[in-house]
Amino acid sequence: MENVTCTFCGAVCDDLYFDGDEFRTKDFCPLGEAKFSRKKRIEYPTIDGKKVSYEEAVERAAEILHNSKRPLLFGWSSTVNEAIRLGVILAEKVRGIYDQCASVCHAPSVLAMIEEGIASGSLGQIKNRTDLAIFWGCNPVEAHPRHPTRYSVMARGLLTKGRADRKVVVVDVRKTVSALMASHFIQVKPGTDYLVFSAMRALMEGYEDAVPEEVGGVRKEKLIEFVEMIKSAKYITILFGLGIAHTRGHDRNVENVIKLVQLINRYTRCILQPMRGHFNVVGAGEVAAWECGFEWAVDFSRGYPRFAPSEFTGVEALLRKDCDAALIVASDPAAHFPRAAVEQLKRIPVIQIDPFPNMTTLLSKVVIPCAISGIEAEGTAYRMDGVPIRVKKVVESEYWSDEEILEKMLEKVLKLRED
Amino acid sequence: MILVKNGHVIDPVNGINEEMDLFIKNGRISSEFKINEKECEVIDAKGKLVVAGAIDIHAHIAARKINSGRAMRPEEFRRVRQKTGKFRAAVGRTLLTAPAIGYEYVKMGYTTAIEPATPSLYTLHTHEELDSIPIIDKAALPLFGNWHLVFKFIAENDIEKLASFISWVLEKMKGYGVKVVNPGGVEAWMYGSNAHSIDDLVPYYDVSVRDIITGLIKANEMLDLPHSIHIHCNNLGEPGNYETTVDTMKLANGIRNNRRQVLHVTHVQFNAFSGSGWKDMGSGTEEIIKLVNKSDNITIDMGQVIFGHATTMTADGPFQFDLHKLLKNKWINLDVELETGTGVVPLIYRPSSPVHSVMWAIALELGLLVNPDKNVISTDYPNGGPFDRYPYIMTLLLSRKYREKEMERAHKYLQRAANLPSIDIERTLEDIVKMTRSSPARILGMHNKGHLGEGADADVVVYDINPAEFNPDKYREIEKALSSALFTIKGGTVVVKNGKIAGDIWGRTMWVDATLRTTAEIIEPDLEEYFNYYTVNRENYGVEERWMRRAERIEVG
Amino acid sequence: MNVIIITGRTTEQGTLVEDKLTHDYFKSVNYCELNKEDFARMGLKEGDRVRVKTDYGEVVLFARKNVIDETHIPEGMIFIPMGPYANQVINPGTDGTGTPQYKGVKGIIEKTDENVIGIPEILR
Repeated sequence: MENVTCTFCGAVCDDLYFDGDEFRTKDFCPLGEAKFSRKKRIEYPTIDGKKVSYEEAVERAAEILHNSKRPLLFGWSSTVNEAIRLGVILAEKVRGIYDQCASVCHAPSVLAMIEEGIASGSLGQIKNRTDLAIFWGCNPVEAHPRHPTRYSVMARGLLTKGRADRKVVVVDVRKTVSALMASHFIQVKPGTDYLVFSAMRALMEGYEDAVPEEVGGVRKEKLIEFVEMIKSAKYITILFGLGIAHTRGHDRNVENVIKLVQLINRYTRCILQPMRGHFNVVGAGEVAAWECGFEWAVDFSRGYPRFAPSEFTGVEALLRKDCDAALIVASDPAAHFPRAAVEQLKRIPVIQIDPFPNMTTLLSKVVIPCAISGIEAEGTAYRMDGVPIRVKKVVESEYWSDEEILEKMLEKVLKLRED
Repeated sequence: MILVKNGHVIDPVNGINEEMDLFIKNGRISSEFKINEKECEVIDAKGKLVVAGAIDIHAHIAARKINSGRAMRPEEFRRVRQKTGKFRAAVGRTLLTAPAIGYEYVKMGYTTAIEPATPSLYTLHTHEELDSIPIIDKAALPLFGNWHLVFKFIAENDIEKLASFISWVLEKMKGYGVKVVNPGGVEAWMYGSNAHSIDDLVPYYDVSVRDIITGLIKANEMLDLPHSIHIHCNNLGEPGNYETTVDTMKLANGIRNNRRQVLHVTHVQFNAFSGSGWKDMGSGTEEIIKLVNKSDNITIDMGQVIFGHATTMTADGPFQFDLHKLLKNKWINLDVELETGTGVVPLIYRPSSPVHSVMWAIALELGLLVNPDKNVISTDYPNGGPFDRYPYIMTLLLSRKYREKEMERAHKYLQRAANLPSIDIERTLEDIVKMTRSSPARILGMHNKGHLGEGADADVVVYDINPAEFNPDKYREIEKALSSALFTIKGGTVVVKNGKIAGDIWGRTMWVDATLRTTAEIIEPDLEEYFNYYTVNRENYGVEERWMRRAERIEVG
Repeated sequence: MNVIIITGRTTEQGTLVEDKLTHDYFKSVNYCELNKEDFARMGLKEGDRVRVKTDYGEVVLFARKNVIDETHIPEGMIFIPMGPYANQVINPGTDGTGTPQYKGVKGIIEKTDENVIGIPEILR
């Protein structure tokens, strides 16, 4: 099948070939290859490790959610919008917490956006117009392998015809493989991004005197040169990663780069793009925003949505022991949450919906296997720039989709509420 | 089956302004007169106003724009309108969640709303949001005014190709009509610039703003779509911009359609400033009003400003950047490859501000002086303010006393910079019904809406207003009655009783299929070429009907 | 030795995230990468283990020196692929953001003879 959409990373490439009968792939990156390969699956639904039917598992899950005071409904970034929407409604009806993978990923970037907004654009703006691409604190070659060829570094566009028309700068604390594709590499000391952005803002506005000889391990002359390169470019895109959002200062670092971009737009054009991780982590935020007003860290215990990242993210709710059950969909917090948060997850009843066994499976009471979104189930996903792309069903499967499972679970919960 | 008995029906389309019964069967208004009351749900509307469901012709209720606004403004969602229970929780101050949008509309008797600006690349998202808005009927207008392929066809002066492209896009996107925002100006923004007059040229393509607008009008009329082109003029929010608006309106000269206008100019208030700067900014409505009233091919909507919080959001990227610089407020920008731009900036309209007070007055001048058959009430939600304040606007138009009271709150600069203080007119209930029902229905080409004749959609509202004893001086009561319908019936189902949600159903999303009128072959090579520059494959671009909750295809041709 | 700990994605870890309960996955996340000079200074050779300690926990990992010549990790920094091993030592505190500090955590590393534990033990 042609024009298949890959459901691994936030680049959501939609130009791939996949033969569902023989599991043959063409044009995929290594991450996509792995995604579209045969792997060990969760074979059947279980309760306490014992095989049960889908109906029994869904019923038990609904009971657990209904009987808990404040369940945590976490995950969502690797499923489709249709399932996410049901997840938000389910969280509302069981008066639980809705949180999604962004809270261990780019949520600080969204917090910064709450403070400052963000000047952004679709990825085609890099392909068609960008003559200066700056990768800051991200490693696309390993995290979004086709991003450079499809959208950013080598992409051939209408006005910018390819690599020769484009300068590429990589800024990072270590020289990653991505730095090898850059025309310029700038190495900063860990935790100093904020300072470097501030220095650049000062230089941009002509306050050269205010900038010391070295900032974050970068010599002032080099920064002046960098700022001049930016000012003389026509359309700049800054792509940033968790190197900025996951270090000390979190959202404040991102806020500073947003302010830098606002300033650059007074001289030339510039957009900023977070390199979002999972294929539909953007959808997990967008759907929640239109259904309940907030993208993540939403508590419904009062019967209406409240937002507080300091209390209602998955990690915070677990660290505070503020949830007494958990539904984990399309995610593996046991592998990706800090140790102290996983400790609490071990103490409460956990329901898991996932195609594959993972570390969360090992501590779950109810395990419900599902069809793989984008391979065995279709739906809508949002690329890292929010562009909606339909992901397809290319392989037949006996497994229920996330959407079907959640629909039944919501029905059961509503029935339990009525009784 | 529902029987609405003895209500005072106002239905300007059918010339009704009197007491009569309404019978609803199979989701439509029926003219049967042998009715067995026992089989019906009977609503006694004696001494009450009975009208068709209202239509919001221009409200940013779905799409990436409003949702980015939501994400940027969690402070907007602390107002709780409804807790979860039988229905969904509904929250929001001026930005609302999707469930809240549906509920708040029907509470005040609105049963249809149009999302007026969807970038095609993001339109699947728009439909997902529309599908999450309960009860009301909806439609979306894709953006055309800064699309590279539009520039190309205009540069080639090939209206037939342009028409084919429009029908191709509407079918692909399940769109309803043609929206144009700051034509040429948004493309200029990609180079850090803007378009300031209709003679400005678009970079790279060398076509003028004038060519883009006339080309799109002609292509739209070649297709004879239900709706005309729907334009947000250049220079929005700039002192002296009324001249650009008048220039734009004059481009419709000599182009006619027997059913409707050929140019709908939206949220005109924002484009009706006089003056050379903020110090001498004033109302520039006079020429616009004269021109609209004497033309039979131009319509407008008001774009009323409501004092209080608002969130500006338009496809007008350069305007939003200017506003960000002016207000020093947070700013979202989204440049959309090959198609358009977008921006979002929060704003508070303050009665203590001379400019905001004049803006408030400008919209009311339009509301009072433009023929109600050519004018529609709007706030350009959420740009001018929340749509749930429409009853406030209606009441201001109905009651001079209310206006005077509100003018006391506003900055006194408005006394000399606007004409409002000297306007004595009070709109009648029938005028208001026109500006919220029959006019938007005709302007949009929705012939089953906006009236209560046989076969019309059974979207019916009962208000606690007795037209026989109507007294505009009792404005508080009027505003309250208009805010909280006694009954709202949507498609034959009672969805509101005494101002509270009573039923939760899913409305339709209407879209226009004009592909019978065109041949896609003539634009095939251009599509092939331009899809090299997209980041989405051509085969994956667009929206299929089966992905939508309740699509209604409207075929023309 | 005092170090700054950086965690993040690698291609190998990425290709195995849906094969979490396999030996290959453990192998893709149970090591840390050091600067060549630091590696030599600590007297490490391939296959050796180091104990990484922070204020938040400790974990034993295999030590690797910079794999690709053209890339490098600066002295005084170690890189651990994101995953259950890294999460033993990163800072769970969120400073009110709701997001833990996964990068730029201060720690100490030392050579050890202890073994690297498997994933089931980590969960225990």
